[in-house]
Amino acid sequence: MKDHLAEIVIATAIFVVVAGLGFWAARWRRPTDMAHLNEWGLGGRNFGSWVTWFLIGGDLYTAYTFVAVPALLFGAGATGFFAVPYTVIVYPMVFVVLLRLWSVSHRHGFVTPADFVRARSGSSTMALLVAITGIVATMPYIALQLVGIEAVLKTMRVEPTWALIIAFAVLAAFTYQSGLRAPALIAFVKDALIYLVIIVAVIYIPYKLGGWHKIFDAADTKFAKTNGTLLNPANQWQYVTLALGSAMALFLYPHSVTGVLASRNRDVVKRNMAALPAYSFLLGLIALLGYMAIAAKVKPVATGGKADTNTVVPVLFDQLFPHWFAGVAFAAVAIGALVPAAIMSIAAANLFTRNIYKEYLRRGATAAQEARVSKITSLVVKAGAVAVILLISPQFSIDLQLIGGVIILQTLPAVAVGLYTRWLHRWGLVAGWAVGMGLGMWMLYQIPNPATNHAHFGGSAFPLAKWFDPTAIGLNAKATVFVGFIAVLANLVVAVLGTLLCRALRVPDGVDGTTPQDYLADSPGDGTGSSYRDDLAVHPVSTA
Amino acid sequence: MTRPQEVPAAAPVARGSRWHWLLVVPVVVPLLVFLYNSRDPYLWGFPRFYWLQLAFILLGVGTTTLVYQLTKRR
Repeated sequence: MKDHLAEIVIATAIFVVVAGLGFWAARWRRPTDMAHLNEWGLGGRNFGSWVTWFLIGGDLYTAYTFVAVPALLFGAGATGFFAVPYTVIVYPMVFVVLLRLWSVSHRHGFVTPADFVRARSGSSTMALLVAITGIVATMPYIALQLVGIEAVLKTMRVEPTWALIIAFAVLAAFTYQSGLRAPALIAFVKDALIYLVIIVAVIYIPYKLGGWHKIFDAADTKFAKTNGTLLNPANQWQYVTLALGSAMALFLYPHSVTGVLASRNRDVVKRNMAALPAYSFLLGLIALLGYMAIAAKVKPVATGGKADTNTVVPVLFDQLFPHWFAGVAFAAVAIGALVPAAIMSIAAANLFTRNIYKEYLRRGATAAQEARVSKITSLVVKAGAVAVILLISPQFSIDLQLIGGVIILQTLPAVAVGLYTRWLHRWGLVAGWAVGMGLGMWMLYQIPNPATNHAHFGGSAFPLAKWFDPTAIGLNAKATVFVGFIAVLANLVVAVLGTLLCRALRVPDGVDGTTPQDYLADSPGDGTGSSYRDDLAVHPVSTA
Repeated sequence: MTRPQEVPAAAPVARGSRWHWLLVVPVVVPLLVFLYNSRDPYLWGFPRFYWLQLAFILLGVGTTTLVYQLTKRR
């Protein structure tokens, strides 16, 4: 522990400053009344381009991403690089979709994706399913942020339990007080630190290791047997479908929607779709830290005899950086966990409040009651995340998060397709969701993971040979595809068939609470953002 | 004082919507594995697999920025 003293002191000092910032954030852009979800849960719905860029960037590119993606390249080679095409295609893909979501949510005061589904499909069942799916998919994601902090603590040889509890208690306290303003403000520090660390890393580490070609040579040597620094016919469809499926899933996650809805107007969303790929470039460089770790002959920290590959990046920094700068880098990872964890817990809390509490437990809840329930729920969510990591195991939340990526995709027909057309019948949507969920879970159940000795839920790459002979359609005999991709296709097919059936049986459609103009609306030019409605209004906002 | 909300927003968006089809390009290209699944040519020590996929980020940013400019409300 003594060798790591400088690192611990610097990392702790930065952490304390940032936590202070989180509490102070309640005064930043201080609202007249914080007891409202538009304020606590969406930061006033008035963030401009810069704040939104830092907020969404800090939200989507999490601490776990920063340790897990390089760990994938370290352990498996080229397949881990899917994170780059994934985060490149996502922005052009959702560009138009998010604009429509922003507009209709602005008009009607929607806070969650389930709010939208409720109004659009007229089905409280589908809205409830979307809310529950969102909460279940988000919870393990919050827990995973702890894995990012844990990797850093292990590297500094600090016993993680108490440090994790303290870190999350501080996080819970400032999120309770400041709401979305806290992660928005902290994101500035987080991202500045991350950019600094990574830019230094990609210049300094290759210089120390003898250049980029040495780094790629070392990876080629490690994966020589499988030619693993490139894709092969067996895994390239998994690569493509995982990138595509993950991109389709990303903005269905409630925390991503929270970041988008907090922005001031459509132009802010558009500008961010063009500017957010800067983070994808950063992520690509971070991914290559995995190969740098191979070249630097990094040995991941082992606990209980099992090597934890999530520690390769912290160990690489520890070995190659001066102690004080390694401390800065570790602080960056730890703070990188706070921002997304805060936003995710806010998003999950909003779903509970709007779509379960207000819908089923207390119909006439006032805005102040909603805000209070959300604040308390955010505490419960974080306590749950810490308990899962400490009492069950980090591997459990890694498995759950894998499932989360598959199940959140099953809200695509109701949310993303719903933004374009309400042709799909509400019961068709429900049937599609049920089939997609069932199929996805059943496929995941059949995938083993030899590395962790799990017989089930061991990965998201489904071998087609389990169903039919892939060579019959010109694919490699061992070809795999992303489970979520197949499940969402089945979901869409069933939703269409179910719709046709419902129409044939003359089952009445739900009532659409939105109008076509709602999807194109923008905020008034004055930029005060004060025009939001706090009820699920059926009629467009009058502008007289 | 102008009130942008009263102007039917459908007009500019509908006009710009043809440009939205441009966004298909940066979605499809990064998924074409045969374009980049190779080592040669190297660029600054990076095999093609790595530098070309990073270069697609520029394609994405370029296209999205272009569409943003073309569909901006004037």
